[in-house]
Amino acid sequence: MKVTIIDCGSGNLRSAQKAFEKVSSNLYKNTKIIITSIVEDLEESDFIVLPGVGSFSDFINGMKKINGMQEALNYYVIKKGIPFLGICVGMQVLATKGYENEETEGLNWISGSVRKIKTNANLPIPQMGWNNLKIKKNHPIVNNISEKDHTYFVHSYLFDVNDETQIIASVDYGVDITSIVAKDNVIGMQFHPEKSQKVGLDLIYNFISME
Amino acid sequence: MLKKRIIPCLDVKDGYVVKGINFVKLKKISDPVEQAQIYQDQGADELCFLDISASHEKRSIMIDIVKKTADRCFMPLTVGGGIKGLEDIRSLLKAGADKISLNTFAVNNPILVKKAAEKFGTQCIVVAIDVKKTANGNYTVFTHGGRKETKLEALSWAKKVEEFGAGEILLTSMDRDGTGKGFDIEITKKISDSVSIPVIASGGVGKLQHLVDGIVKGNASGVLAASIFHYGTFSISEAKKYMNDSGVLVRL
Repeated sequence: MKVTIIDCGSGNLRSAQKAFEKVSSNLYKNTKIIITSIVEDLEESDFIVLPGVGSFSDFINGMKKINGMQEALNYYVIKKGIPFLGICVGMQVLATKGYENEETEGLNWISGSVRKIKTNANLPIPQMGWNNLKIKKNHPIVNNISEKDHTYFVHSYLFDVNDETQIIASVDYGVDITSIVAKDNVIGMQFHPEKSQKVGLDLIYNFISME
Repeated sequence: MLKKRIIPCLDVKDGYVVKGINFVKLKKISDPVEQAQIYQDQGADELCFLDISASHEKRSIMIDIVKKTADRCFMPLTVGGGIKGLEDIRSLLKAGADKISLNTFAVNNPILVKKAAEKFGTQCIVVAIDVKKTANGNYTVFTHGGRKETKLEALSWAKKVEEFGAGEILLTSMDRDGTGKGFDIEITKKISDSVSIPVIASGGVGKLQHLVDGIVKGNASGVLAASIFHYGTFSISEAKKYMNDSGVLVRL
């Protein structure tokens, strides 16, 4: 079983790798969790993970600097249907467009846009900390996850998803914030499952149990 | 809703967790990686490592501690102390830190806070502000682990770091640190109410009620404590239960 974690130059991917190692060893015999910026490494992946920190535009620009990466992602994820997980900004770039720093085109895998969180509730921005998930829709990714479960968020922008049926979970932060999106084999999480202790590891388990 | 955070802090010197009183007399306690694991098991919301003597001593040991901790603790990890440039930030983030806390560095090079926020994202730049109340009632910012006084006034400095892209402020009262007398609520509230980024209250927790006060009276987004957890006076779970019973929303 091979999990490919894509490095678009945005820092800490070690935690994601360790979390996948911990979870996958309970589920598969031979597991290989790699971090890579090399397009060819996507070959023969069973799962593809795109973690992201930083801004939408920086992240997309970082991806574009890797020759052929965006095309390869489109090929393996959209054409071949390899299960995919985008984390934080890695989820946001699934959108059609982002408005952080400047208007930037996303991967456009899930129709919608990414814009700054605006609440009337006078809450600090970024949303930083643990919030409990509101499950909107039954989906294998939220197996055994309840509304009492918390995950760790740190973000100032939210994903405004056009088709509400693609929203699996949200959290309340003055406004409803999309927290898990899903469309076919593509999953996105706004929070950091690799930083969300047991609940996060359970969500990763659900992801790598997907077929 | 977003819950208020309880953050145990591990003050690290030469690879050991230590805790001082008013920043100076240091007492060696335990191995930071083991201690981090204990806090994770007790349900800490985040961990904070402060390399307290790092401004003037070697500290490659810290990278190793961060790596080992990040390998076993799947939770947010903030690291601070002795950061001298963007390269230090990058290597700590690479080792597994999620947020980097800047103090002396930020005061000396405010523009680099901006650069760091642009490069690594606002979310991972914390500015630690160590303050002391002066005779005229103002709060002054200190650097170098509390050894050096600056000319900066706390509130205006807090607003400035927000403007420069800090994603969070870690506010420590040096008058209270290690005393067990509770947070300095006055300055905590003043800063929390004046900036739109989260403020973490630190310095002085001796009783569980102090944690509640930091949130309810100080309007902080989270509370940080070292001694009460290190010395086992209270566990994180006891602290959370107490806060929950007092009406503070916490993750149980």
